[in-house]
Amino acid sequence: MLPLIDDPVTVYTLRLADDALIAGHRLSEWTGSAPLLEEELALANVALDLLGRARLCYGYAAERSGGGCTEDSFAYERDCRDFTNHLIHELPRGDFAFTMARQFLIDRLGVLFLDSLARSSDVRLGDIGAKCVKECRYHLRRSADWMLRLGDGTEESHRRLQAAINELWGFTPEMFVQDTLEAELVAAGVAVDLKPLHDPWLTGVGQMMSGVGIVLPPLDWQVDGGRRGLHTEHLGHLLSELQFVQRAYPGLQW
Amino acid sequence: MSATDTGFEELRLENAAAVARRQRRQQSSDPFLWSVLDGVPDPELPALSIWELGILQDVRRAGDQVVVTLTPTYAGCPAMATIRDDVIEALRSAGIGEIRVEIQLQPVWTTDWLDRVARDKLQHAGIAPPAQVAHCPQCGSDSVSRISEFSATACKALYRCTECLEVFDRFKVF
Repeated sequence: MLPLIDDPVTVYTLRLADDALIAGHRLSEWTGSAPLLEEELALANVALDLLGRARLCYGYAAERSGGGCTEDSFAYERDCRDFTNHLIHELPRGDFAFTMARQFLIDRLGVLFLDSLARSSDVRLGDIGAKCVKECRYHLRRSADWMLRLGDGTEESHRRLQAAINELWGFTPEMFVQDTLEAELVAAGVAVDLKPLHDPWLTGVGQMMSGVGIVLPPLDWQVDGGRRGLHTEHLGHLLSELQFVQRAYPGLQW
Repeated sequence: MSATDTGFEELRLENAAAVARRQRRQQSSDPFLWSVLDGVPDPELPALSIWELGILQDVRRAGDQVVVTLTPTYAGCPAMATIRDDVIEALRSAGIGEIRVEIQLQPVWTTDWLDRVARDKLQHAGIAPPAQVAHCPQCGSDSVSRISEFSATACKALYRCTECLEVFDRFKVF
């Protein structure tokens, strides 16, 4: 049993860890079934970077929590309601256009977010931001390239990219929601202030999409809840795979 | 391009970190420890030692302990656990009893830390070293095209030489 985590910095660190773990896991699902071998390598490499980011965060959260917590206990021994990732990360991988559209939307924010995290008053979070922003810039280079290729590609690739953006759009506002816990950590200089990041993010996404004739849909629906442990039905299915071995054979080691 | 476009400011800071790392080695009171760790190769790029790749940041005595500071190339580098074990093993074999390995994220690892010798070794191993212009490690041509931003490991991208048609790994400029 994990101890109750109520230290705000630890809760915040776990949020970032969950985002990275779940996003990385979705990418790793392409291994063995990507459209091109080269893209399979790329997807797995980005997944690995995200897993690395998750491990840095879980490791830090474990040190802060004590009580026998490890990075593995956070990843393998919590259930859906304990996970606090944004919903956009847990959506099924969909087709390649969907995966790359989501990756572009989160990378575009990731570079702004991690750059800001690098200046956190919390030294460890600052280190993680500085380390990971470089990787995220590289991810963005590739996901932005795919927006061009899919948007400017064939009628079919364009149609699929537009459909992906339409489906994802209502999940994007959640990435900018700040609850009381985060607002207090922002005031303390620990957490990233998301408010000033929204406009640059939207401008960046808008320019990319309008350049390839993709229309940003009206925001006539939106959902959130991930940070409160309220998830889509997809997270449970994802965790049943991710956690299978530890659930079936608790404490199993390599 | 302006200085900001090229990330010049960042580059200057990283080079300072490279200088500091070299100085730690040159001014070390215990060159023996460094030379022991010269025998530890990177598991995924065995042509290079962990020093040459920039992973080894420091090794020093602290009381009865030897403390090693390592920095990962990429956050998710799966070789880190092996490198840690190999470092401990190498120092043990050299007669060191108590060893502590610390992982440090900042200054952030960069390919700027690979010196001329390391770059030549990569080239020799068939991997185009990190540089603004890639040359085919087989025929030397600079007429190359990118196949993928990533290759078999996170630190490399996949290229093809349009001259000799050989496919090769290029160390990412990072």
